[in-house]
Amino acid sequence: MSEREVLELLRENARYSTADIARMTGLEESEVDDTIEELEAAGVVRGYQAVVDWDKLEDERVRAEVELNVTLDRETGYDDIAERLARFPQVKALRLVSGDYDFDMEVEGDSIREVSQFISEKVAPVPEITQTVTHYVMTSYKENGIELGDGEDDERLSFSP
Amino acid sequence: MTFELSERVQTVPPSGIRRFFEIAEERDDVISLGVGEPDFSTPWAARDAAITSLEQGKTSYTANRGKRELREAIADYVADRFELGYDPEEEIIVTAGASEAVDLAFRAFVDPGDTVAIAQPSYISYEPGVIFAGGEVLSVPTTEEDEFRLTVEGLEQAGADEADMLVLCYPNNPTGAIMTEADLEPIAEFAREHDLMVLSDEIYAELTYDGNEHVSIASLEGMRERTIVFNGFSKAHAMTGLRLGYALGPAKAINAMNKIHQYTMLSAPTTAQHAALEALGSCENDVRDMVNEYDRRRQFVLSRFREIGMDVFEAKGAFYCFPEVPEGFTAEEFAEGVLREQGVAVVPGDVFGEGGEDHLRISYATGLDDLRKALARIEAFVEEHA
Repeated sequence: MSEREVLELLRENARYSTADIARMTGLEESEVDDTIEELEAAGVVRGYQAVVDWDKLEDERVRAEVELNVTLDRETGYDDIAERLARFPQVKALRLVSGDYDFDMEVEGDSIREVSQFISEKVAPVPEITQTVTHYVMTSYKENGIELGDGEDDERLSFSP
Repeated sequence: MTFELSERVQTVPPSGIRRFFEIAEERDDVISLGVGEPDFSTPWAARDAAITSLEQGKTSYTANRGKRELREAIADYVADRFELGYDPEEEIIVTAGASEAVDLAFRAFVDPGDTVAIAQPSYISYEPGVIFAGGEVLSVPTTEEDEFRLTVEGLEQAGADEADMLVLCYPNNPTGAIMTEADLEPIAEFAREHDLMVLSDEIYAELTYDGNEHVSIASLEGMRERTIVFNGFSKAHAMTGLRLGYALGPAKAINAMNKIHQYTMLSAPTTAQHAALEALGSCENDVRDMVNEYDRRRQFVLSRFREIGMDVFEAKGAFYCFPEVPEGFTAEEFAEGVLREQGVAVVPGDVFGEGGEDHLRISYATGLDDLRKALARIEAFVEEHA
């Protein structure tokens, strides 16, 4: 049970200190440390990353959602294709999905040209891939559950009964 | 023209926290733990329903008692959550906040000279409400020793057996105390024995922690017939500004309250009623998430006060805890000092009546980042002065 609580808190804010997680859950700090270690060792927690609003930075960051259709044969399954694609560092996320296409792939690069080149030179030529549809991200409103707008001001009075 | 103020108005002293407001205004870095309302916004689905109702032009009065659909939803909700059975036709009235409902009850059931016993410390509106209705207040203090639960001993000591009415607020503002079924049983027996009407303000009913589920005194044997229950959407559904509450009680009592309501309020805000209907229909998960978040903060704040070395009992409800000030301070001195020197706003416990002396109401309806900073400042203040 403590595993679930710690995981929830890390998902909310991976930078909570061990001491604060302990205070919020009533666990000992050492228990929190152990739980996190176990979660990492078991591969449940795979990493910690910042949620970035790229629009607030001057550097351009190009992101695209790519729909991929594939054809399978006796020797090649979804996992084989996925493994091959996932190795490219440009691929930030790759999921097998239900619906009109097979894979949903997120690609990131420094320019449209770089991303386009990657898709046309590295992805499209893969023999099992029959079609790619690339959607460039224009504006992001919410990432990882965090809204990227200006937020709502706290308009409450400093004292109320 | 000089205004001759009525005696009733003159009798009620100005609010004890006004002075603190002014001090808080002087600084721009104040972190407030003095707020009695959620820091969350109303769940989006409820706001969206309110907007849609406006777009559809639903801006007329509703039935005096509130939209029939909403009363039905409330009946289902309280039956499901608190084992309370009320007929939406005659036993439920929707009001402009639970505050209006409490006022209606005082005016409907208190005659000049009637005595109203109030378990204290408690929300600050009951006492003025009784006075405005012409009644006499009998304070029934609770103590930290009893974790601020009301006891029969306390009622007897205060002479509440002679009272006409008893006002309870559990989960409690300002202490965060709750009353379990076992705690309520003897109180119910006392009320039956001495023929007391009970007003039970259960506005924080959804906010209980540590595996405790709220129990309504009206669900105990023989209590429904003598109890008015108050609840609403302000706390659990973060809808304070929409002003929507309700009262539950026997038809005769609700009809009497409705008589005043129809002449004074006519009907509760229509837009808010649409939001409330949606809140009951689809916001269960939002409420659960908010409760989980409050619980984490509760444990965080309690841990920090213990680390600082301030006495604090394990509050299990609402979004308050009620630590004792260190020796050498009154609550007022501590609250003023920590506001002036550290920019942390807290409410001194005496504002909430007898039993609140030497304590502070700490609201954790504030994000964890601010809580962390505020507690660090309180720690610095204690280290410097204690």
